[in-house]
Amino acid sequence: MLTNQFVAEEIVKKFGDDVFDFEEPFGMLTLSTTREQIIPMLEYLRNHSEFKISFLTDITGIHYPDNAGQEFCVVYHVHSFIQNFRARIKVFLAEADLHIPTATGLYASANWMERETYDFFGIIFDGHPNLTRILNMDEMDYFPMRRQYPLEDATREDKIDALFGR
Amino acid sequence: MATDIKIVEAPEGFEGSGFFATSFDKVVGLARSHSLWPLPFATSCCGIEFMSTMASRYDLGRFGAERPSFSPRQADMLLVAGTIAKKMAPVLKQVYLQMAEPRWVVAIGACASSGGIFDTYSVLQGIDRVIPVDVYVPGCPPRPEQILEGIMQIQEIAHNESLRRRNRTEYQALLTSYNIQ
Repeated sequence: MLTNQFVAEEIVKKFGDDVFDFEEPFGMLTLSTTREQIIPMLEYLRNHSEFKISFLTDITGIHYPDNAGQEFCVVYHVHSFIQNFRARIKVFLAEADLHIPTATGLYASANWMERETYDFFGIIFDGHPNLTRILNMDEMDYFPMRRQYPLEDATREDKIDALFGR
Repeated sequence: MATDIKIVEAPEGFEGSGFFATSFDKVVGLARSHSLWPLPFATSCCGIEFMSTMASRYDLGRFGAERPSFSPRQADMLLVAGTIAKKMAPVLKQVYLQMAEPRWVVAIGACASSGGIFDTYSVLQGIDRVIPVDVYVPGCPPRPEQILEGIMQIQEIAHNESLRRRNRTEYQALLTSYNIQ
């Protein structure tokens, strides 16, 4: 049985200063790393003799407009079927330099997940074979999940700003 | 032998031995309204309610809709059940364009009628932004009885529709307002 403590120690042994911010929200190991180390880390987790973390559950993004220099975060959720162990890896990126290497070389499922993250946040995945919009209309010219854009449809005339406290 | 079979009432006309004279409108309206073949365009939860309507308890087949066709060429009415995203809107329009006249459209559920609770950047706020709609069935989702009521309203429309309606200028103007030739 893998424990969060054991996995965290092994990761620190291998990556040292490049991993930080270890947390356990709701019992799930969460750590942050740099964009240079994310692919080596995913590889390490997969090839480790004991972890067998070989399933990429999700890649998603999040936008914190108030964190200057670290506005965007790409979140990788990984899972080990054999050990029944889950982990979350976060990579913070600045808005001015929104690039991160693609995980499609390691996991084929990363293809669509990264397209979705690009579609909603505008995060560029270097090396992705086909980084185009996947869920929104192709003609859309903005990235809707960024916090500056409202959720509501802009073309309705019957809902006024006062109803939404604006 | 069953003796309690309900038969549709004949329209008013002049009858004699071996013949029955009535207006063409009425007979065609009668035939159309009792054999509307639906095209279920089911996207989300309202589609499940539609499935329930087609099943044996609420039985849409009683109303002549025994053959739901998924081919627009052979369908009379388009039942849009479920949320239509803006990305799906051109597809829906394409399906509508492929239907042959006379065609009717029912917007089943709140999402098809007006976007429902999904007032968002990605959801089409009502299919009447892309195609003309005849009957709106509100509900989230509407119960099968309400869907049947919507279809009975289409039956009323089909029954009383004039044969020249699709050729009139107002109808053509309606279609051009949706950019449909």
